[in-house]
Amino acid sequence: MNQVMIDTGNYIAAKAAVMCKPDVVAAYPITPQTTLVEGIANYQGKGEFKGEYICVESEHSAMAACIGASATGVRTFTGTSSHGLLLMHEMLHWAALARLPVVMCNINRVVGPGWNIWTDENDSISQRDTGWIQFYCSSNQEIFDTIIQAFKIGEHQKVSLPVMISYNAFILSHTSMPVYVPDQKEIDAFLPKRKPLWYLDPNNPITFGNIILPAEYEKVRFDMQKSQYYCKKLIPEISKEWKEKFGRFHGDLLEYYKCENVEYILLSMGAIGAESKVAIDNLRKQGLKIGLARVRTFRPFPQEEILKLSKNADLIIIDRNISPGMEGAVFSEIKASLYGKSDAKVYGYIAGLGGKDVTFGDIEKMCKKAIDGKTKHLEWYGLEGV
Amino acid sequence: MNSEDLVEIVFHGRGGQGAVTAANLIVAAALKDGNKGVQAFPFFGAERRGAPVRAFARISHTEIHLRSEIYYPDIVIVLDESLMDIVDVLKGLKKDGRVLINTRKKPSDFDFSKKYKVATVDATGVALKNEILVGGIPVINTPILGAVPKILNRVTLKSIQDTIRKKWNKDLAERNVKATKDAYDLVEVKS
Repeated sequence: MNQVMIDTGNYIAAKAAVMCKPDVVAAYPITPQTTLVEGIANYQGKGEFKGEYICVESEHSAMAACIGASATGVRTFTGTSSHGLLLMHEMLHWAALARLPVVMCNINRVVGPGWNIWTDENDSISQRDTGWIQFYCSSNQEIFDTIIQAFKIGEHQKVSLPVMISYNAFILSHTSMPVYVPDQKEIDAFLPKRKPLWYLDPNNPITFGNIILPAEYEKVRFDMQKSQYYCKKLIPEISKEWKEKFGRFHGDLLEYYKCENVEYILLSMGAIGAESKVAIDNLRKQGLKIGLARVRTFRPFPQEEILKLSKNADLIIIDRNISPGMEGAVFSEIKASLYGKSDAKVYGYIAGLGGKDVTFGDIEKMCKKAIDGKTKHLEWYGLEGV
Repeated sequence: MNSEDLVEIVFHGRGGQGAVTAANLIVAAALKDGNKGVQAFPFFGAERRGAPVRAFARISHTEIHLRSEIYYPDIVIVLDESLMDIVDVLKGLKKDGRVLINTRKKPSDFDFSKKYKVATVDATGVALKNEILVGGIPVINTPILGAVPKILNRVTLKSIQDTIRKKWNKDLAERNVKATKDAYDLVEVKS
């Protein structure tokens, strides 16, 4: 039976992670991730988490420890944020190229300087090309459900890739919301023990990660791409299975909200994706034909789905990130997805950097300006004094 | 707003008085009372003991999609009267808004009681009487929550007390439960 638990995003993530029975958790604390790993340590203290908890001296070591453990065939989990994630950068590539299904929560926090603990997505967006599958969540329930699904996706033998689950600092990590928590038995039935394709075993020694020649290496990259693409098929299957077993659904690669009979589609991620639903309700009350497609997976990117949406609607994109010298990352990816195949107009906004609050009122203003044809190709919303 | 039934509460307190815990407790109680969508969150800044802090709570019958701060509260709860000299606690308060203040004064002692529904309770006195102290300083959160059902019919005293009993061990829980009852009995409401 479902039990309703009310707690912050981080404590909910700790609960989900522990229910997946990882054999090893290695982590280093950083605001605002701290209560996530503290939560897991607490479960160990109470005997509910029976795996090994390795306290390391840095995030680079945290990921290295997860890689080492995962290479022995066991299940591993960690969490980090901002500068912690950036310190892991080398190891993120390593985990993905070694095809190790480490699952990690990243609490989206601003990168300094100036020093700032609030939310934007530049930390995880800048890890785009590491090969990790990337989810962005918009509620505590979605965090819980996605962590459990993430192990199943990453550990699938046709995938065998690490998965990053990002959620916004404080707005989700430190906000209490009710979450339905299934029984441990139900989770166990959904998520069986990991069956690795290969593993390090002292009784049967092999080497891994040795030198390979250019032609072979290219195949490694091609295979990784194949697995990322396979996720486009697998993620909807797993979302469907979850829905059938637990009655909850947060979307596949995209979550569609009121996307029927529309002339405009708003695309956003994370917490702004939830707030956008309120804006869409209000805009539709005003007679505007607009819906929302919340981007759940940044990698793999929902190219085909967005291309389909663009056949009947112009697109308005809000990015809580910036690739300096270019534009918001989701905006760029969407345009790349449409190139040569769609006549839709696309409008991009940068909003909420540095943790600046983005309200439904702000979102309504952005959408209306675009609908009125007054938005330039790319705009920074609400930027004052420049 | 996304729904007619949404109630938004802002707590004003000083670091250490328990504003964040108060917000968490009230939404956990509201959930018990059948409000399916609830949310509690702190404002994160340079929080430290004694500094002004804010915490937020949302209560709804349906899932809450809002993720932004509360700018137009239905209810303002002031844990420390002295904050009213330095913080505009009434900022954004809705027309039919309610204000609950920890004070020895009566509602009519506040000018704005002509405009808003004001409730007052000596929560500090209740905390001292029930020895709800951390480091010798009275903690206001549970005492003031006892007064909330008198200004908001979506949460019952029983659910607040059940939530407290679940959170703390027996002796501490019972003292906090007693404090909610005392505050519930003492609060003065002017409509």
